[in-house]
Amino acid sequence: MAHIELNNELPGIRGLMAYRPETEAPLNALAEVLLRDDNNTLTRGERELIATYVSYLNDCFFCQNVHGSLAGHYLGCNIEQIDAVKEDFHSAELSDKMKALLSIAASVQKDGKQVSAEQIDEARKAGATDVEIHDTVLISAAFCMFNRYVDGLATWAPQDRQFYVNRAPQRALDGYQSSVFR
Amino acid sequence: MPHIKIENEFPGIRGLFLYRPVTAAPLNALVQTLLHNPHPTLSAGERELIATYVSRLNTCKYCCNIHGAIAQHQLGNNAEIVQQVLANPETAPISNTLKALLKIAAKVQQGGKNVTAEDVALARAEGATDIEIHDTVLIAAAFCMYNRYVDGLATWQPDDESIYDQMGEQRAREGYLTPPAKIKPKEELNHSTKF
Repeated sequence: MAHIELNNELPGIRGLMAYRPETEAPLNALAEVLLRDDNNTLTRGERELIATYVSYLNDCFFCQNVHGSLAGHYLGCNIEQIDAVKEDFHSAELSDKMKALLSIAASVQKDGKQVSAEQIDEARKAGATDVEIHDTVLISAAFCMFNRYVDGLATWAPQDRQFYVNRAPQRALDGYQSSVFR
Repeated sequence: MPHIKIENEFPGIRGLFLYRPVTAAPLNALVQTLLHNPHPTLSAGERELIATYVSRLNTCKYCCNIHGAIAQHQLGNNAEIVQQVLANPETAPISNTLKALLKIAAKVQQGGKNVTAEDVALARAEGATDIEIHDTVLIAAAFCMYNRYVDGLATWQPDDESIYDQMGEQRAREGYLTPPAKIKPKEELNHSTKF
């Protein structure tokens, strides 16, 4: 049961967004521009994978399943393959650039000051641009917010992971602007 | 030196906002809604104190200094209260409700699951409303983002306190949505200001 009375039965962040539309608007706008805006050299799948990995590190069940399912949808892989990336991205079939960016994401999850000049050099050598490094840091930081928001108010989350997989195609179509109404 | 090439003179998150306007818009809209817009019960000063306290727990110098300065200006230019909250919220001259909310904020900073039913019950017993509890959790969570963003890209975080005071005064008055005023180093400020 959530720590506060939300007056709705929506799971995870959607229940919070319906409860407080004033903060829903900028939160959804942020997710939309970070994860779904196509004016970006990182694919939607790559950005969702960063969000998934940080949510996994923060142990947020709802967020890692929502975004893991979206990453799987965009990247054409199943939930087991996404799980394998979360558990050990170094051994996964990912580009060196994505591995370098996930390493930066893991440092941000601990604390911004953990990101080292060596990690940035590594990402640049693998072909990452400044904007891609910027967006990786901000996506990781943003999920340190979203995860804390969802868990800090003890929202409920469907335990059947297929629920998230089934919803991903529609979410990919609708984007992040309309959560409250669905 | 920042990890990426930021070609403007502004410190902390302001430099990042100018670097990437497309993400600045929702980030600024969020902080404006959380900290500056009218709230049913929490004053802007109280909300800024929550942001300042979480930024201190995350050891983010820029965010702690700028929100401390904004809090000071929102609280009738009272710098003392900001320092007392940072030193120990329990003994600071703030309401018991705010003390209970700051306890929740500290739990959120460590991880969302650390917030217990007892923490929430204590806040309710001190008179906190559901909206206040919600907003405290989201402010604390949001500063776990802003702090990581500012530190994660190794932005310029000035030592000169007068810079934070100028910026804090502007934000307390105007909110977050106006362009940043040109910042003046202390020496220049002393020459140009007559008291």
